[in-house]
Amino acid sequence: MSDSKAIFLKDAAVNAADGDQRAFIRKALGGYYTNRDLQKARYRDWERARDAASLAKWSAVNDLANVLEKFTANFERNGGVVHWARDAAEARAIILKIAEDAKAKAIVKSKCMTSEEIHLNDALEKAGYGVVESDLGEFIQQLRGEAPYHFVFPCMHVKREAISELFTKHLGTAPTDSPEELTMIARRHLRQLYVDADIGITGANFLVAETGQISITENEGNARLTAALPRIHIALSGIEKVVNKLDDLSVLLPMLATAGAGQPMTCYNTLYSGPRKKGECDGPEEFHIVLLDNARTRLLADPEQRDALHCIRCGACLNVCPIFKNIGGLAYGTTYQGPIGSVITPHLRGLKQWNHLSGASSLCGACTDACPVRIDLHHHLLHNRRNAAKESPTLFDRVFHHGFNFVIKRPWLFATGGRIFRATLPLLQKLPLPYMGAGMKTRDLPKAPSQSFRDQWKHQNV
Amino acid sequence: MRVSLFVPCFVDQLTPKVGLATAKVLKRLGHEVEFRSAQTCCGQPSFNSGQWDVAREAAIRALEVFRGAEVVVGPSGSCVAMMRNFYPELLKGTPHAAEADDLAARTFEFSEFLVKKLGVTDVGAKFAKKVTYHDGCHALRELRLKEEPRQLLRAVKGLELIETDEGDTCCGFGGLFSAKFPMISTAMVQVKGGALARTGADFVVSSDPSCLLQIGGWLSREGKPILPLHIAEVLANDA
Repeated sequence: MSDSKAIFLKDAAVNAADGDQRAFIRKALGGYYTNRDLQKARYRDWERARDAASLAKWSAVNDLANVLEKFTANFERNGGVVHWARDAAEARAIILKIAEDAKAKAIVKSKCMTSEEIHLNDALEKAGYGVVESDLGEFIQQLRGEAPYHFVFPCMHVKREAISELFTKHLGTAPTDSPEELTMIARRHLRQLYVDADIGITGANFLVAETGQISITENEGNARLTAALPRIHIALSGIEKVVNKLDDLSVLLPMLATAGAGQPMTCYNTLYSGPRKKGECDGPEEFHIVLLDNARTRLLADPEQRDALHCIRCGACLNVCPIFKNIGGLAYGTTYQGPIGSVITPHLRGLKQWNHLSGASSLCGACTDACPVRIDLHHHLLHNRRNAAKESPTLFDRVFHHGFNFVIKRPWLFATGGRIFRATLPLLQKLPLPYMGAGMKTRDLPKAPSQSFRDQWKHQNV
Repeated sequence: MRVSLFVPCFVDQLTPKVGLATAKVLKRLGHEVEFRSAQTCCGQPSFNSGQWDVAREAAIRALEVFRGAEVVVGPSGSCVAMMRNFYPELLKGTPHAAEADDLAARTFEFSEFLVKKLGVTDVGAKFAKKVTYHDGCHALRELRLKEEPRQLLRAVKGLELIETDEGDTCCGFGGLFSAKFPMISTAMVQVKGGALARTGADFVVSSDPSCLLQIGGWLSREGKPILPLHIAEVLANDA
């Protein structure tokens, strides 16, 4: 068993047994379902909008090299600097070098899951820079010293009282149970940090090839301050975030907001078009983009699962996933939680180490139906399972399934085996058999009938 | 029509009454029903475990078993989805591809067969009980059946259908998933089973007998006063 699997099994078991926490998560998502359905109903045809969004991503991902080239040419024409990073280490080195060249001291960051993926905060802090997360949820998680719980709602699992205590401990503020007051505390704390920061690091929701612009969508306005106030703006993005045309955003932005958060549109939708130009009174002096591969090209090379690169990180698949809701986001141990994380993590970080996430699914398919860009999520979990069985078969699985196959290939043996199985079921339930024991711990089996269907049918139809 | 029954392996061994009820309803509607005893398991446990070479053998066997059958009808959304959607995927690019597509087109889930193929919603059943419905995920999302079983239930005399607030939530069975990840599977059935029990219904009805094993198993362990019942058993009841 891989280490990551052992940790997963332990954490998932603890969380799945925590009824209060699970109820809290379900309650937290309750309003989302109502709002999402309300907003979906405002589309003339949500299913056709999904087709359009999927096509927009498909046409960019399936021509990625050319579309990226067009994006970078236009980005440079706008005055920006393009950096390519093959992996996390290269991306960290590029950002550290920019910070060093700029003699930076303080760095402010807006929400960027790609930075979680490359463990950027750790690297910056080790190099002596102060880094502060400016997204409220990420700020709370940073104070807690914990990874994001959900890649859209990073602290959805934290109760209000805990946030108040956290602020009291770290910021010295008076306890409060008002969400507005808690937001204001963070806001007051963060405002000066934007002014003091030398570098602002953001992610990117979309890279528009046609115009060389970066699209960032957010609800708090913190990304705008992060991008606009410091001297240097660094955007870090996976290469798959590129789209062909500005017009593609007309479907992708509203769908991202509706599918992910049940909003008609996210509050702030900004397009960043390069550094401050001559005659402009604000904006950063330097604008960098770090384009990260980090095994995305490995996924691109797999035609069966390539559509996983369509992901716009809306989080809809997490919100509807019964696994996510019952084990929580932290148990995954991955940057990207939920169904999309279970699909892509084996590609990004190794199938052998991470295939257990593909196994930990009832394959209910709620994720696939929720995905605004039509990623075939639950079938990809099956594909990962198949690839893992081929790549690193386990002896137990081979013996179990070949043994089972030996029986079902022979109807007489199946019938006889079934008879013995039914006759000894009360005893079997007490033995520590693989699979059976675990299944019986919390559930009963029906009393075995004395005759199987095939026996009864024979007697009725002679 | 001559209907060839596709009886899931666990129905054969653990809940044969579901298979018998399916045959009873079809016969009552005037169809000839056969059971080809060479059938065993559709291979889904191996398929879902990634053992596609093993599952492929089971699929090829099923093609042989049901060769020449006019229509194949199974009382399980999950097992029918295996035949309908996954056999063609498993056998794509093999000499069996065409036959897999052909079998897929002739195979129906029980409620689907009644409503979509035969155009029947009232099968003349009586059942004066309160029931709630559980959508099995394979029936709902692989076969896209949601209204069909409900149309059938609404036509049953005396039956009161109560929907739950977790109607299309997964019960957490997922085949071997329930045994490989029992803690997650149990948490899921707590959510689902709890919602079903809260409806106050006498029975939880589903077109998927595997979900009913999971849900019924948990309800029984928890001592909840609501019993699992397959839709064929409801429709077979005419007294």
